[in-house]
Amino acid sequence: MARVEVTLRVNGEPVPLAVEPRTLLVHALRDELGLTGTKIGCDTSQCGACTVLVDGRAFKSCTLLAVRLNGAEVTTIEGLADGMRLHAIQEAFAEQHGLQCGFCTPGMILATADLLARDSDPDEEAIRRGLIGNLCRCTGYQGILASVRAAAEASR
Amino acid sequence: MIPAAFEYVRPDSVEQALAELADPDAKAIAGGHSLLPLMKLRLARPSLLVDLDGLDLRGVSVDGDTIRLGALTTYDELLFLDASVPLPAALRDCANAVGDLQVRNAGTVGGGLAHADPASDFAAGAIAVGATLVLQSPAGTREVAAADFFVGPFTTLLKQQELLVELRVPVRGERSAYVSFDDPASGYPLAGAAVCGDAVGLTGVAAHPLAAPDVLDELGLDDYRRHLVTVAIDRARGAAR
Repeated sequence: MARVEVTLRVNGEPVPLAVEPRTLLVHALRDELGLTGTKIGCDTSQCGACTVLVDGRAFKSCTLLAVRLNGAEVTTIEGLADGMRLHAIQEAFAEQHGLQCGFCTPGMILATADLLARDSDPDEEAIRRGLIGNLCRCTGYQGILASVRAAAEASR
Repeated sequence: MIPAAFEYVRPDSVEQALAELADPDAKAIAGGHSLLPLMKLRLARPSLLVDLDGLDLRGVSVDGDTIRLGALTTYDELLFLDASVPLPAALRDCANAVGDLQVRNAGTVGGGLAHADPASDFAAGAIAVGATLVLQSPAGTREVAAADFFVGPFTTLLKQQELLVELRVPVRGERSAYVSFDDPASGYPLAGAAVCGDAVGLTGVAAHPLAAPDVLDELGLDDYRRHLVTVAIDRARGAAR
């Protein structure tokens, strides 16, 4: 199958890629670019572990074709911190015990980034609803709720 | 899971897209959140994917007493519409009921209707508010009532070389709402009811979304589901605004 040349901007850097049309974004990120912070959980667009930002909005990268994203700005968990300085959402998840095993955390954090971009002061229901597409099997979600609230406060 | 190999084109006009769809194994892709999962499971194996992203079919405008929704308008865009657009509350409720934040960022109103899932939330709303769907083919355009569009599970009146390009929603000022009882695992409705004035659109209870309630007796529903539909309609009437 012929490959198609596309250029994505990944974490601020232009990245030329030659992809098969069927290449999923999550595979391009992990296998081609080595950005393994983006996780493959269910691979059926339910668990949200593969969530990344595309042009600032949260998407499940297991359900996006890389070939369709020519010119798009993709932000993965690796692109959130400023050098060694964690992003406010990352800081909040660490402080508030918003993770245990950590597998869902990159997706949780990037979905939170989209959620807080539209609603800077979400109540508990809005947080639960906003993160309904992200599953966590460890925390029971209470720590995640506290993390999102703390991130919202820190970001205001 | 990786889809089977396919060719990919990204036309920049509806006419070009329709020409590409002349290939009987071609499929159009919009948000892709219905089609790609099927392709990953290899339940769908199009040989050619026609990307609709380059088409000018996005956005919402008000034209007299009609709201025009471009087929590529996402559910998320409907939820964050300018307050001056008098979108019926039922359509907002339906958009809000679709998937999750990430899915609503991707999913499009036209793509969802064309996919015709028997449990589509948005289809119930489109039927209840009396939306007209504009279908374009090389022969021209035709208009079909949302209530007539669905003919079976994942089956509509759309022909292979035809695209749903616009939804026209009449502004009647009638109170409306959508209420559903969802399967907790899948999120899809076991029964969903949209009401708008006296009109009712149902989803999840038959081979395809349909206008009701006159047909309820003919659906052969199990008792529990019949009960769910009745309660959903009542609650939607109560929530109408």
